[in-house]
Amino acid sequence: MRRIATLCAPAAVSAAAITTALTILAPPVLAETAPAAIAWQDGAIAAPLTDSPGDAGRGAELMATRPLGNCVACHEIAALPAASFQGNIGPALEGAATRYSEAQLRGIIVNAKNTFDGSMMPAFYKTDGFIRPGDAYTGKAAPADLPPILDAQQVEDVLAFLMTMK
Amino acid sequence: MQKAPRMARALAGALAAAALAGSAIQASADPVEGVDLVVNNEITLTTRAPAPAHLDGALPEVMSGWLFREDATRAMQMDDFDNPAMVFADMGRDLWGTTDGAEGKSCASCHGNIEEMRGVRAHMPRISPAGDDLWSMENFVNNCRTTRMGAEAWGWDSNEMMNMTAALSLQSRGLPVDVAIDGPAAPWWEKGREIYYTRFGQLELACSNCHQDHFGDMIRADHLSQGQINGFPVYRLKTAGLVSIHNRFKGCVRDTRAETFKPGSAEFRALELYVASRGQGLSVEGVSVRP
Repeated sequence: MRRIATLCAPAAVSAAAITTALTILAPPVLAETAPAAIAWQDGAIAAPLTDSPGDAGRGAELMATRPLGNCVACHEIAALPAASFQGNIGPALEGAATRYSEAQLRGIIVNAKNTFDGSMMPAFYKTDGFIRPGDAYTGKAAPADLPPILDAQQVEDVLAFLMTMK
Repeated sequence: MQKAPRMARALAGALAAAALAGSAIQASADPVEGVDLVVNNEITLTTRAPAPAHLDGALPEVMSGWLFREDATRAMQMDDFDNPAMVFADMGRDLWGTTDGAEGKSCASCHGNIEEMRGVRAHMPRISPAGDDLWSMENFVNNCRTTRMGAEAWGWDSNEMMNMTAALSLQSRGLPVDVAIDGPAAPWWEKGREIYYTRFGQLELACSNCHQDHFGDMIRADHLSQGQINGFPVYRLKTAGLVSIHNRFKGCVRDTRAETFKPGSAEFRALELYVASRGQGLSVEGVSVRP
């Protein structure tokens, strides 16, 4: 019996250690603010949409990628010279972070119409209130649970890159 | 959100792109100045016209999409031997004289030479003979085919239909666009106007956002024109074939991440009338060349 107990004791410790390790390694369940739950203040959004900080590198990639942010379609972004054929519909984004606060820029990405009335800029984190919404670029009707163009983390990533433009 | 002067921004962007990415310098923004569209050195087409009164000042003047294209693309349209659309217009002309259907008739059986159709395209779309519908040229063609020839209707975007509308449009080349928007056409025009200014899709974009407020500007590599339809059907270099008016509308609506309307739908016929009326006074260019 003693022998068994000796054998069992270390085993019990190991199990506890493994449980602890798993708790650390498992991806955390992140809190995410849904489009309808956003707290707006004059077109600005003070609170991040996720618990995970934005990644400027990912943001830069999103801004130059056609089916995603594709910000360069309408804005010149001198910091992204590899993105060819940058548009000139909206203002150039150089110095954006000197003109607007982080909260203001977050609000502009999520829905610029709350800052600039009637703006041509699409709302990148909005899921309802559209006229004949489609299923991405297929021309077919949107699914009932239409996702926003960018998800919450992608909004924070784009914001992180914008905040480098001082 | 103050816009920097257009030329300065275009230049800065072009220099940045050329210097840092080694890519081709992007086209600058504005429509070309001081050029005339003369086809085969003999037919001068009107590419700028005073804005019609019914636009209420929405545009300073109306401009053909030809003015917004690159030099090489513009040149293709100036010589019928270089214009790839002419092959299709020739096929349409052949169809004009080809018998089809139970009655053993061709278009020519009733209408004579296709040259007799001069002027038709300039007034399209228009109210149907019965007075209760708005018809595009495709509807008139199919009405003849089904009621007079005993033939099957052609699909709106079938090769036969596009070849035929190309051949028909060519007969009106040089005539000013002149569509009726009053009387029974008025409600259609109003409906088309409403569609033009509606911000469709997940991107919430109306025709007017790009083609009224931002013609001359660039969306990525696309140089925005006024979206005039006087050159349709067009030969599109991108797809190496003809494109109908409604098919182009469909592409634009799709790109707003919207559920599109169908070619031939009442919505697109109404929009066709309204957009045609925005180009009142421009020459019918059919068949034009676009990127």
